[in-house]
Amino acid sequence: MKKSMLLVMTLVLTVILAACGNNSNNNTNNGAAANTPEASASSTPEATPTPEALSGSVLATGSSALQPLVDQVAQKFMAKDEYKQISVQVQAGGSGTGLTQVSEGQSDIGNSDIFAEEKFKDADASKASELVDHIVGVVAMAAVVHPEVGVDNLTKQQLIDIFTGKITNWKDLGGKDQAIVIVNRPSSSGTRATFENYALGQKTEDLKGSIQEDASGTVKKLVSETPGAIGYLALSYLDNTVKTVKYEGVEPTVDNVTTGKYPVWAYEHMYTKGEPTPVVKAFLDYMVSDEVQNGDVTELGYIPATAMKIQRDAAGNVTNK
Amino acid sequence: MVRDDKRQFAKQHIVEEWVGKVYTFLCIALLIVTIFSMVYFVASRGASTFISDKINLWSFLSGLDWRPEGEPPLFGALPFIFGSFSTSILAAIFAAPLAICASLFMTEISPKIGRKWLQPVIELLAGIPSVVYGFVGLTIIVPFFRDVFPGQGLGILAGSIVLAIMILPTITTIATDALAALPGGLKEGSYALGATRWQTIWRTVLPTTLPSLMTGVVLGISRAFGEALAVQMVIGNAPHIPSSLFESASTLTSAITLSMGNTVTGSTHNDALWSLALILMAMTFIFVFIVRWLERRAKV
Repeated sequence: MKKSMLLVMTLVLTVILAACGNNSNNNTNNGAAANTPEASASSTPEATPTPEALSGSVLATGSSALQPLVDQVAQKFMAKDEYKQISVQVQAGGSGTGLTQVSEGQSDIGNSDIFAEEKFKDADASKASELVDHIVGVVAMAAVVHPEVGVDNLTKQQLIDIFTGKITNWKDLGGKDQAIVIVNRPSSSGTRATFENYALGQKTEDLKGSIQEDASGTVKKLVSETPGAIGYLALSYLDNTVKTVKYEGVEPTVDNVTTGKYPVWAYEHMYTKGEPTPVVKAFLDYMVSDEVQNGDVTELGYIPATAMKIQRDAAGNVTNK
Repeated sequence: MVRDDKRQFAKQHIVEEWVGKVYTFLCIALLIVTIFSMVYFVASRGASTFISDKINLWSFLSGLDWRPEGEPPLFGALPFIFGSFSTSILAAIFAAPLAICASLFMTEISPKIGRKWLQPVIELLAGIPSVVYGFVGLTIIVPFFRDVFPGQGLGILAGSIVLAIMILPTITTIATDALAALPGGLKEGSYALGATRWQTIWRTVLPTTLPSLMTGVVLGISRAFGEALAVQMVIGNAPHIPSSLFESASTLTSAITLSMGNTVTGSTHNDALWSLALILMAMTFIFVFIVRWLERRAKV
């Protein structure tokens, strides 16, 4: 008797909850739809410049590659007298999370390593057009190998052959007789997308026996310790434990990136949904100010967006500035 | 006068009774709502892969190719399912004998030293963050395997050794409780018949507590099944069924943690990751049912 009661209770609860779930889904949908006019309404009074200092909060989420920079700049920003009333919060979680949250209005800024157009595809393409791009820096990537493989330059074709599994031994590339071990990023990673787009010019599959890691520290550790390993890292992570290889004979240096000689780089984007509110705008303006661009950005191993002599659009077309 | 007092007391008791009842009921209701909404959330997200993205359930479960960004995208989760099962079962095979011997030592052989030194040390293992295990695995176990065995060292064996250390406290604690709860009469009877300590342990203690010991092992497996970070660091994460224990493989959890942040909500890739989470959840339920079943047998 009691057991059957419990069963009935459970069933009833499940049904109620399922209904609740649906309701809450509808609510969030309505909320998202209703959000836009609301947000613009609330920004109207703020838009009129007030003599007092700005106050409010900014939430930036997304790319873990960009997080250290945003974090450091946020601390300096909040320490300034005129912005004392603004609190900036920075959370990592990946470019996809950042773009999703900014597009759904959960965060003010979405940090991303890649263009929103590349993540929001097909049915979601309209979401990308609602976002406003603020480029705050450039990050360049270099292919790195274990110090003892005996190769210091790789051509585009050689890299393609390695990452598609056509060449499996370093001796075919003029190096040691040593099997190649690929240390890759997961197929959804922004770093991998950049490397595939601009170094290989094509997508690659995850080969059997290859290694996938998402943290740059782990990638570096594995490449430096595994004989025959090859991977790719942002310039800020390079040091003596791994060997940096030239791409088509071009050294991955800041100068070569800014002049367009070295093509494997990506913008660091901070997306807002529509035009930013004054509080968010103050923070983004500070991000691209000379103080930050020539200070924190270079200090942490990124390249200032202002230093670039070329520019690139979402489709990958490069033009002179 | 006296009657009034009594009435007063009775009233007070009734109020207390009701406050207590309402409070416990609210707590239980909150708990039930949390559990059901989590199940509903994971299930609805995970099911949308098959409903709105039109991916065949069977090809998802039995497919060998995981190419979410490919053209056309392929979602075959079998390599992850294989990786999860092989690492956690192998981890239990390593950890169970160690844990059961440790708990026998603590309860039967040397309770003094065991309870005073061994138990706190083993319980300490449970408090170490999993990223530390992963890093230790990456710094010590992986290079060792790379030097000694063919392959890169990363793989199922490295993952299962790291997991075995992590689930050791779970199995040990449950086994110790089970052995300590054994009625003294059984053992005394065995000794009275002239059995040695080893004979008592082997013929009496272990067979009677076996279902409870198995409960500990199953709980250990389910913990290993859900562990993500430490395994992700040492297993290599290639979405293929490996041909050796030292070749890069992947588990359900490592596939989820590697890609969840990089995908946007609502994309097929993201939905497919939720489906992997749904498989994990279903497996956890199955483990819980096994534990329940074992407990029922233990009482008989």
